[in-house]
Amino acid sequence: MPGIISRLYRGDINIDFVGKRKLWYGLSALLMIVSIVGMVIHGLNLGVEFKGGSVFDFPRATNSSVEEVRTTIKDAGVHQVIVQEAGPNWRVTTESLDTNEVPKVQQAVADKYHLKADDVSTQVIGATWGGEVMQKAWIGLAVFMLAIMLYLSLAFEWRMALAAIVALVHDLVITAGIYAWSGFEVTPATMLGFLTILGYSLYDAVVVFDMIKEVTGKLGTSAKMTYTQAANNALSHTLIRSLNTSLVAILPVAAILFIGTTLLGAGTLKDLSLALFVGMIVGTYSSLCVATPILVTLKEREPQWRKLAERVAQREASVAKAAAASAKQPVVAGSQNGVATTDDGKRKKR
Amino acid sequence: MAPPTSSQIKPGRTLLVLLAIILAMGATIALQKAFVPKFGLDLAGGTTVTLSPVTTDGKAPPQESLDRAVNIIRDRVNGTGISDAEVARSGDNIVISVPGAGRDEAIKLVATTAEMRFRQVLAVAAATTPPTTLPTTAATPSPSAVTPSTGTSPAGRALSKALAEPTPTPTVTRRARSHTATGEKTGAGTRAKATPSPTPSVAPSEEDPLAGQDLSGIDPAALQKFRTIDCTAKNRGQGAQDDPNKQIVACSQDGSARYILDKAAVQGSQITTASAGVRQDTGEWVVNLDFKSQGASQWSDLTAKAFGAQPPRNQIGVVLDGLVITAPASNGRIPGGKTEISGSFNQQSATELADQLKYGALPLKFVQSSVVSVSSTLGQDQLRGGLVSGAIGLLIVMLYLLLYYRGLGAIGIASLGIATIVTYFSVAVLSANVGFRWSLPHIIGLVVSIGITADSFIVYFERIRDEMKEGHRTLRAAVEVAWRRAKRTILVADAVMFIAAVVLYFLAVGGVAGFAFAMGLTTLIDIVVVFLFTKPLMSLAARMKFFSKGHKLSGLDAERMGRTNSGAEHLQEA
Repeated sequence: MPGIISRLYRGDINIDFVGKRKLWYGLSALLMIVSIVGMVIHGLNLGVEFKGGSVFDFPRATNSSVEEVRTTIKDAGVHQVIVQEAGPNWRVTTESLDTNEVPKVQQAVADKYHLKADDVSTQVIGATWGGEVMQKAWIGLAVFMLAIMLYLSLAFEWRMALAAIVALVHDLVITAGIYAWSGFEVTPATMLGFLTILGYSLYDAVVVFDMIKEVTGKLGTSAKMTYTQAANNALSHTLIRSLNTSLVAILPVAAILFIGTTLLGAGTLKDLSLALFVGMIVGTYSSLCVATPILVTLKEREPQWRKLAERVAQREASVAKAAAASAKQPVVAGSQNGVATTDDGKRKKR
Repeated sequence: MAPPTSSQIKPGRTLLVLLAIILAMGATIALQKAFVPKFGLDLAGGTTVTLSPVTTDGKAPPQESLDRAVNIIRDRVNGTGISDAEVARSGDNIVISVPGAGRDEAIKLVATTAEMRFRQVLAVAAATTPPTTLPTTAATPSPSAVTPSTGTSPAGRALSKALAEPTPTPTVTRRARSHTATGEKTGAGTRAKATPSPTPSVAPSEEDPLAGQDLSGIDPAALQKFRTIDCTAKNRGQGAQDDPNKQIVACSQDGSARYILDKAAVQGSQITTASAGVRQDTGEWVVNLDFKSQGASQWSDLTAKAFGAQPPRNQIGVVLDGLVITAPASNGRIPGGKTEISGSFNQQSATELADQLKYGALPLKFVQSSVVSVSSTLGQDQLRGGLVSGAIGLLIVMLYLLLYYRGLGAIGIASLGIATIVTYFSVAVLSANVGFRWSLPHIIGLVVSIGITADSFIVYFERIRDEMKEGHRTLRAAVEVAWRRAKRTILVADAVMFIAAVVLYFLAVGGVAGFAFAMGLTTLIDIVVVFLFTKPLMSLAARMKFFSKGHKLSGLDAERMGRTNSGAEHLQEA
């Protein structure tokens, strides 16, 4: 174990992400199917903000019970009552109440637990509000994808843009699937988290692509390496950085998630950080195992890189023949091959 | 081996630039005493109401109507005496923020539909029973305007003139008169003229504002209310739901006069068009008004009835949202609905009135999409939660950087520290100068962005290590070469984050915008810190023996970099 960690640290590790792309594609396809099935069967557990309803938050008295709270609120003339513990508070969700009923419930709770009516926080959400939030989110998503496609096409090329967007859709579907299967509540804060994942997912892919662009740019006409191999090298090269940055991004989110669940119990903090937490993990996987393999698949179709791949194959065949003739040290040959490219790359950088 | 000396002299200077920026921000904050930023209602406690317009056809309402509705709602909220409430548009929604607790009344008030009705004036008097003598100084009607004395009427509406000449001379309307800003067909029927008139500026007797007026047919309850109402008060009855089948008492919009008005004769919804224009023959600004067929016949009756009456009953009050926005005198029966309102209008006042009439034609209905009321204790909990998680997040990231990058990590921590300071200062400066309020989504946005900021350092540090690993460069050279590459990666990646933030900011509803704002802000701060702090500091550090000799704790020692046994693990490749 320490061996792997120190190799990771030095960036010496070489995992064949791209070569095993059929495996990743299969895994991702499976995950996406499972996610879609989950969404179809279970649907998303939409929060009160999407369905309409009222929510009351108030400090939990030491001797109060769920049953007692429910009775108190039902007696105030409310029909559907769901009582939850939320950190130090009770959170009560009811049907959508009008402006006259809300103060009644507030007062009932305040009388029962010796609070001021103002200590009872309330939320009343109309039934159409969620639809509007959702619609805006979809528009935002569409505009965002277009803007990013355009930007990445200009900064890099359309193949990279396409690969990044595919990875992004992949992340969103799987995150939504996790929400469907687990039954986590989807609130506007969750949507916010989903939208933010887009940024992160791309951020990571962009850094990897930047490296690939640099490494493959030096391939030239030499027949030492195919585009696939070069991309894989670039990926291995940035692996430690990718893991590091993902970890560094997830740490503060984990802190919010922790505080959100323990200190506050429910609400914006928890919903948002949960979506981010799940999404970032999926995003880290996809930038390594989805975005880059797709890019490589697209690139290998270009005549330039196909020819290169053929030349490399020929060269390797002859090397193999020579190796078979001497029947010695295939390991060393491979190793030198790897080192040689790095050296080659370095020389050109200057 | 060393790169050009110029890049080695610079770092100190660059750091000074950053220091100057930070000091300038600090000085601004100290001068304005804005050490603690203002917080939004989800943290400070208060009620936020989001109103969404409801249109019959489901289409988005016209922008002018929304702006008008914001003005009407703002006027209502001001009427409740809540001084720090805010009414703002957010896309098609209107968001009302009321700080503090126990504001149920204000919340009930805001959602009602502002309706327009035309009513004959029955009696009129100055705003208050003991009339004030101060002339108003405002050029346009303002909610707090006091009673104007003779000749200083606001908005050039010639309020006093008509009392001196109680019966304005009717003007024969010319056919085919054209107006610069109207698209109406001309020549269809006679265009009669209604002259806006008059608040009585002759101060009524102090004992009874109704002395000398014809009180026949007026509901005693209305008389009673009329005597006590104070139209100079903040609450002049704006937002009151007037019963169309009853006589009402209402104030003028500018608070300069009070009226008793008859039952509603024409509904605002009967208006088809209203526009401001210039009458070509005289060049004066007028407002043109048209009615639907039912409304036109009602209007015809109303104008005829008013024309035959003695002042002030020859006036027709236009009541919008409980306030009389204008009360022109009728110059004769106006058949067919085509009406012109004239009287010392200028472009602004004519347009204002036309807009109000248009709004009255199709008032926006709203539903309360969401009403969120946060108690101050819950707000404090949320604030504490946000700050604590921010502190923890920052600490863990710093710890991780230190463990992983050792000496380099210390530079990363210093950079994060600087970023935190710059962020806090930006927050405070924005709060004090742009009226920015910081809510929970903002704080979460800032916390989440710690990752982005730290990421830039990681990109740079990894590059330096790459350079050191690949070649046997000196650290001083590696720092410069790595920077040239890392710079591009950082900019491209930050650009992606920034695009995400901008799209979210402009397209999303509610808290999302705050979150996106925080994200965009930190992305910019990240760039500033990396360019003005991390890079120059790294250049300076490269001169230190601790780093350049690869001390064990520097994060750059040969063993940890794997320089000694490079390539040994590249086995899978062949």
